[in-house]
Amino acid sequence: MLTALLLCAAGLLAVAALAALGRGGRSRAEAATIAVYGGCLAVSTLAFVLALAALLGGASAGLTVPLGLPWLGAHFRLDALSAAFLVLVTLGAAGASLYALGYGLHAEAPLRVLPFYPLFLAGMLLVPLADDAYAFLLCWELMSLASWALVLAEHRPEENARAGFLYIVMASFGTLALLLAFGLLAGPEGRYAFAAMREAERGPLASALVLALAILGAGSKAGLVPLHAWLPLAHPAAPSHVSALMSGVMTKVAVYAFVRIVFDLLGPPAWWWSVPVLALGASSAVLGVLHALTENDLKRLLAYSTIENIGVVFLGLGLALAFRAGGQPAAAALALAAALFHAFNHTLFKSALFYGAGAVLTAARGERNIERLGGLIRRMPVSSAAVLVAAMAAAALPPLNGFASEWLAFQAILLSPDLPQWALKFLIPTVGTLLALAAALAASCFLRAYGIAWLGRPRSAAAAEAEEVDRFSRAAMTGFGALCVLFGLFPGMVLDALAPVTERLLGARMPAQLGEAWLSIVPIADSRSSYNGLLVFLFVVASAAMAAAAIHRFASRALRRAPPWDCGFPGLAPSMQYTGTSLSQPLRRVFGPVVFRAREVVEMPLPGSVAPARIVRRRQDLVWEFLYVPIGRAVGRAAELLNHLQFLTIRRYLVLVFLSLVLLLLGLGLWR
Amino acid sequence: MALIGSLAAQAVQMLLVLLVAPLLTGLVRKVKARLQRRRGPPLLQPYRDLRRLIAKEVVLAENASWLFRVAPYLIFSTTWVAAALVPTFATGLLFSWTGDLIAIIALLGTARFLLQLAALDIGTSFGGIGASRESLIASLAEPATIMIVFTIALIAGSTQLSHVAAFMASGQVGLRVSLAFALVALVIVAIAENARIPVDNPATHLELTMVHEAMVLEYSGRHLAMIELAAAVKLLFHLSLIACVFFPFGLAQDGWDPLACAAGAGLWLAKLAAGGVLLAMFETSIAKMRVFRVPGFLGAALMLGLLATLLLFISRSL
Repeated sequence: MLTALLLCAAGLLAVAALAALGRGGRSRAEAATIAVYGGCLAVSTLAFVLALAALLGGASAGLTVPLGLPWLGAHFRLDALSAAFLVLVTLGAAGASLYALGYGLHAEAPLRVLPFYPLFLAGMLLVPLADDAYAFLLCWELMSLASWALVLAEHRPEENARAGFLYIVMASFGTLALLLAFGLLAGPEGRYAFAAMREAERGPLASALVLALAILGAGSKAGLVPLHAWLPLAHPAAPSHVSALMSGVMTKVAVYAFVRIVFDLLGPPAWWWSVPVLALGASSAVLGVLHALTENDLKRLLAYSTIENIGVVFLGLGLALAFRAGGQPAAAALALAAALFHAFNHTLFKSALFYGAGAVLTAARGERNIERLGGLIRRMPVSSAAVLVAAMAAAALPPLNGFASEWLAFQAILLSPDLPQWALKFLIPTVGTLLALAAALAASCFLRAYGIAWLGRPRSAAAAEAEEVDRFSRAAMTGFGALCVLFGLFPGMVLDALAPVTERLLGARMPAQLGEAWLSIVPIADSRSSYNGLLVFLFVVASAAMAAAAIHRFASRALRRAPPWDCGFPGLAPSMQYTGTSLSQPLRRVFGPVVFRAREVVEMPLPGSVAPARIVRRRQDLVWEFLYVPIGRAVGRAAELLNHLQFLTIRRYLVLVFLSLVLLLLGLGLWR
Repeated sequence: MALIGSLAAQAVQMLLVLLVAPLLTGLVRKVKARLQRRRGPPLLQPYRDLRRLIAKEVVLAENASWLFRVAPYLIFSTTWVAAALVPTFATGLLFSWTGDLIAIIALLGTARFLLQLAALDIGTSFGGIGASRESLIASLAEPATIMIVFTIALIAGSTQLSHVAAFMASGQVGLRVSLAFALVALVIVAIAENARIPVDNPATHLELTMVHEAMVLEYSGRHLAMIELAAAVKLLFHLSLIACVFFPFGLAQDGWDPLACAAGAGLWLAKLAAGGVLLAMFETSIAKMRVFRVPGFLGAALMLGLLATLLLFISRSL
């Protein structure tokens, strides 16, 4: 199974070579597009089947390939955790490849996308399989660099170039943090294989450092606040199917890295480890969704919502750490399962939403501003239905899958009074409030995203003339929308599939779910709580159908079309509708002054003047201003100082080399 | 045989919720009118309104999409299912474990989301202003509700309403500060959620003050009937919820004793009537708030809920 998966990765590398076919001419580029995405679809579907079989069958295998460092080789291993994440990665990859079979044909410069896309997939496929630090970081960098190249696929716009620059800086920083974390895990003897790291003994200080570095390294890739600055710029800059992969899948590979290091390699946790994870998770959830609420760019809005969902996932991981340290393995298993389930759900609905955003881009001639869209539901019936389901899943509404996982997170929070630490007793209810706030704001956010872009009347000619997209794009969107419904109705399937993962990492599992009557999910016991998405769905559909049938049968079915009510002032223009900015104005006014230091100033003209009155909105991104700008300035200043070193004679360079050697030897001498 | 009995009990509860809801709305209107020294419409007027609306033709805006036509039925059925999952006359009904309190609250969130979408579908400013203000109210009321749920769940050890009601009725609870906080918070949330004064005014058609009415402005005929009925069921839901959690006396426990059930149903109706009268008195005695004072009102509910939860977290270990 492991060998087959590695061969799949090799197959993806071979598919990358197919891109070379696309040189010369539009028709050859189209042929290459179909060959590359078709190849990726075939390979990732195969890998999905393999990974699913490995997860359900409980396969575990290790393999050492004679590549990489000569005394180490490259270790690969397939266990429950990597199989679970591989299922997620390959499913997202298959969906994106299917979507790209249609969407990719619209690319302006296909050759800037085609060679890197399979490499990106291969990187994400290999990271969860790596079993030593060297192989892990190599695959991690393959993933980072390939996605960086994809972010710069459309490199001409100034903002894309800036996004690419910021991304490569943050990605390098993240890899550096992971490199140092693995260095500390490997210890002075340099035991880079994961198996050896698990055995090693570490002091509390070293463990704390590894935790901090793992948060920095994995968190910067996943988009945890305050390491998120690059994400809302880079994810939307890439073509939409790549945005779907970066938001839906690559952030999950970062979650995998965190889980692997902190839950598996680092050994038993101290109770306070959960504090930074919970705090960062909760603040990411709320800040991410507040940013999304005030964003008008459709794709950037989705990227901000990714930050929110990553926050929810990390919140679940923090709970799992707290319960594990507090000696409640069953509760820890519940929290971890909730986090992983939410990660999976986020992949499903965020992929569908990004496909929908790509469909809007195709249909409305590249218009990304929701305030210039509208009325698409009447032009694109299939896409609009699929995106509506995904948006409702993202808004955590029952009976869809996003709700099922957040419900589990709430159930885990309710178990926390039994924890012994006072700090956690105060922190966890507060975190619960923030989670509820984030869920409620997410509903407002997706109401706004869907209501402004897809409903109402078209606000531009491009939106008015939009056409339904091709059948591959529609298939990918409806497929993922259907999966959102499926796992909302049968969450027990996912929870049972995740049981080996929690068993492996925590030594405990949730009770088996598929044996419950009527396929309910019961996290702890019947008397505590249970939820049955299937029955809720059936009741709602049945009673709606009954009501509709009864009214149409026994009362009236008459219907007359008329213009909408205009209060007696004819000539309602589309520009008189609510816009995205006005829809979120009350929420901006309540939360804005605190979170963004937002100000709204009305500039009135002098009496007698005919100049228009203006409303000026100002807001600051506090994280950017108080964290990134000072760091950037300090780096610039240091670079200026070091600039002198660039123009020295060879003699002086040799002196420098000598001096640093002496310093290092002195340091070593003092250490020993 | 037992299965048929329990199915029947569940069906009776669903029908009871549906049939009583307009009466409750009529009662509140009547009491308000009497308090304002008006005669007021008869108690059964909401039923007549519904019958009239159902029989009328629908005037549909030209650019309405399929969503606009489907939404009323879905809004009604989600609200109805949510209300039917709250124990009314007995605990432990057949499907009571389908959703716990968190799921029930979230179901109402689904109904609200659909209503807001329908409001935005036609593309008039009324729909927009209603949806926008509803977002503001919902995004504060939902976290407050979750905090109340936490408080209740920590005391009763369950989020399952049947178990909560049985536990509260058993007399093991006693008086608790947290419960008082939670009750006040839940009343505030219920007032906001049901578009009642001082947050919204169910009787107004003045543009600047409308929230709920602005969202449904484009609806007519049978669609409007569904939405009105859903609003009535939602009011009944909140009163039932308060009754079942904080005043659970008289609820028939598990066994299918018809006498106990009948007594429970009678008491439930009495509790609803009391709640309706109190609501009408409260509404008459207070003026409507400006929209931007609503966050303060709901923020109080959120803080009370958080305080109640924190008190419980602390008191458990003392």
